[in-house]
Amino acid sequence: MAKSNEPLWWSLFSAGGVVAALFVPITLILTGFAVPAGKISEENMSELIHSPLTRVYLLVLISLPLFHWAHRFRYAAMDLGLKGLGAALPLFCYGTAIAGTAMALFFLVRM
Amino acid sequence: MADETITLEVFRYRPDEESEPRYQRYEVPYREDWVVLDALNHIKDQLDGTLTFRWSCRMGVCGSCGMMVNGDPKLTCAAFLRDYYPEPIRVEPLNYFPVICDLVINMEDFLHKLGEVNAWLVPQQEKPVSDGEYLQTPAELAHYKQFSMCINCMLCYAACPVYGHHPEFIGPAAIALAQRYNLDSRDGAAEDRAEAIFSHEGIWQCTFVGDCTRVCPKDVDPAGAIQQAKVTHTTQWWKSVLMPWGNK
Amino acid sequence: MTGETQTVSPKAAGAKQYIRPVPANWWLKRKTYFLFMVRELTCLAVGGYAVLLLVMAGCARDEQAFHAFFQWLESPFSIALHLISLPMVVYHSITWFNLTPKAMVVWRGEERVSPVLIAGSNYVAWLIVSFLIAWFFLGAA
Repeated sequence: MAKSNEPLWWSLFSAGGVVAALFVPITLILTGFAVPAGKISEENMSELIHSPLTRVYLLVLISLPLFHWAHRFRYAAMDLGLKGLGAALPLFCYGTAIAGTAMALFFLVRM
Repeated sequence: MADETITLEVFRYRPDEESEPRYQRYEVPYREDWVVLDALNHIKDQLDGTLTFRWSCRMGVCGSCGMMVNGDPKLTCAAFLRDYYPEPIRVEPLNYFPVICDLVINMEDFLHKLGEVNAWLVPQQEKPVSDGEYLQTPAELAHYKQFSMCINCMLCYAACPVYGHHPEFIGPAAIALAQRYNLDSRDGAAEDRAEAIFSHEGIWQCTFVGDCTRVCPKDVDPAGAIQQAKVTHTTQWWKSVLMPWGNK
Repeated sequence: MTGETQTVSPKAAGAKQYIRPVPANWWLKRKTYFLFMVRELTCLAVGGYAVLLLVMAGCARDEQAFHAFFQWLESPFSIALHLISLPMVVYHSITWFNLTPKAMVVWRGEERVSPVLIAGSNYVAWLIVSFLIAWFFLGAA
C-alpha cells in the first residue's frame, strides 16, 4: 500500500469546510432574504461586487466550497452505492471544482 | 421473585447441518443483574448445548464477547437484560465479518491488519536491560494513553459502514493502535507504519461517520485518532511538496 | 435470508463461512448513520450556493445580465431555494465546528485543551464574522 496523495484534496476540502461554515450562512441570508426585503439596492450591490475586497471574497467563497463539495460528494456517492465508476467519479468532482475556480477567476479578475 | 422471563432471538448458523442461517427463540429467566452473556450461558447450560459463542473475562476487559444486540455492536457482558426487558433481544454475530458458526465470526482479517500497522513498540534506540527503563514523563504518557485502552473487541469494525462496504479498509482499531505507538515518545517506527496507514486503504477511506467512537466500550475514540492521523499526514505531505529537500 | 458462502482458511477446513450482505439502505437503519448521511448531503447546498455566487459574478460584468439576476433574487423561487438551503448550510456549520476538536488536539502539559473550548471559539468566530459581513454589506448599501 503506497502513501496516498489524498492530503491535497483533503486540504482543499477542509479549507472549503471552514470557509463555508463561517461565511456561507450569513452570505446566504444576504442574497436570499436581505435583497428581496429591499435592504440592498441593485446599484449598491453591483458597486459592492466590483470592489476588490468583495471580488476576493467571492473568489474564496466560490472556489473553496466547490472543492469541499467535490471531496464530500465523491465519497457520499460511493457510500450511497454508486460503484464501478473508477476514476470517472473523482475526475468529475474535482474537475468541476477546478472548472468553477477557473471561471470565477476569469469573471472576477477581469471585471 | 416472580418467574419472569425474557425472550432471546439468536442467530444460528450450523454449516454442517444447514446451508442457510436462521433465528432461534429461547425463553430465559429474567434477572435484574443478568447481562446478555449470562442469558447465552444459561441457554448453553440448560436449554441448548449446541449454541456456540466466544466469551472469557465476563467483565469488559478481554474483548471476546462482542456481538450485535438489537442491531448494535455491544460486549454481551456489558449489555444488561434490564435495559431491554420486557422486549425480546435479538443477538447476532458482529457485523461485517464472515460467520464461522452461530455467533462466532472469522477475525483473521482484523488480526492481519494489526500486523500490517506494526501494532507494537519499536524503540527508537534499543538499549540493553542493564541500561535501565525507557523513561517517559506523565505528559508524554498522556499523549497516547487513551489509544492504549483498546481491547481489540472489534465492535468498531462492526459499526463502520466503510469497513462493511470496503473490507480492504484498515479500520478504526488498527489505526488507533498505530497512533498509540506513533505518539509514544519511546517509539521510533512511525515511518514504517506510514506506508500502511497513510494509504488509501488506511486513513483516507474513512469518511468520519464516527460510529466507531460511539460503540467503543473503552472510550478509545478511534475516530479522533483517524482525524489526527489525517492532519499528521497532510502536514507531512505539504512539507514534502513545498520543501522537498528535507528528509522523506 | 440470502448471502454468499466462501471457504475458510485451512484451520476450519470443510466448513463454509456465511457472509452477510450490506443492504443498500444501510444508512436508514440507524439514527447515527442517517444523521451522518444528512451531514454529508449538506455539501449539495454548499456547492449549490457556490454556483449561485459564480453565476452572480458572471452576471456582474454586464448591466442587463446583473439586472436579470437581481430580479431573480427577488423571485419566490430564489427565496424558496434559499429557505431550503439555509438549514442545510447551518447544519454543516454546526457539525463542522463540533467535529473540529477531534482533528485539532491541543495539549497543555498532561491535559488536553477542552474540546468545548475549541468548538466554542469556532462558534464565537462564526458570530463575529457573520456580524462583520452583514455590517459591511448592509452598512455600505
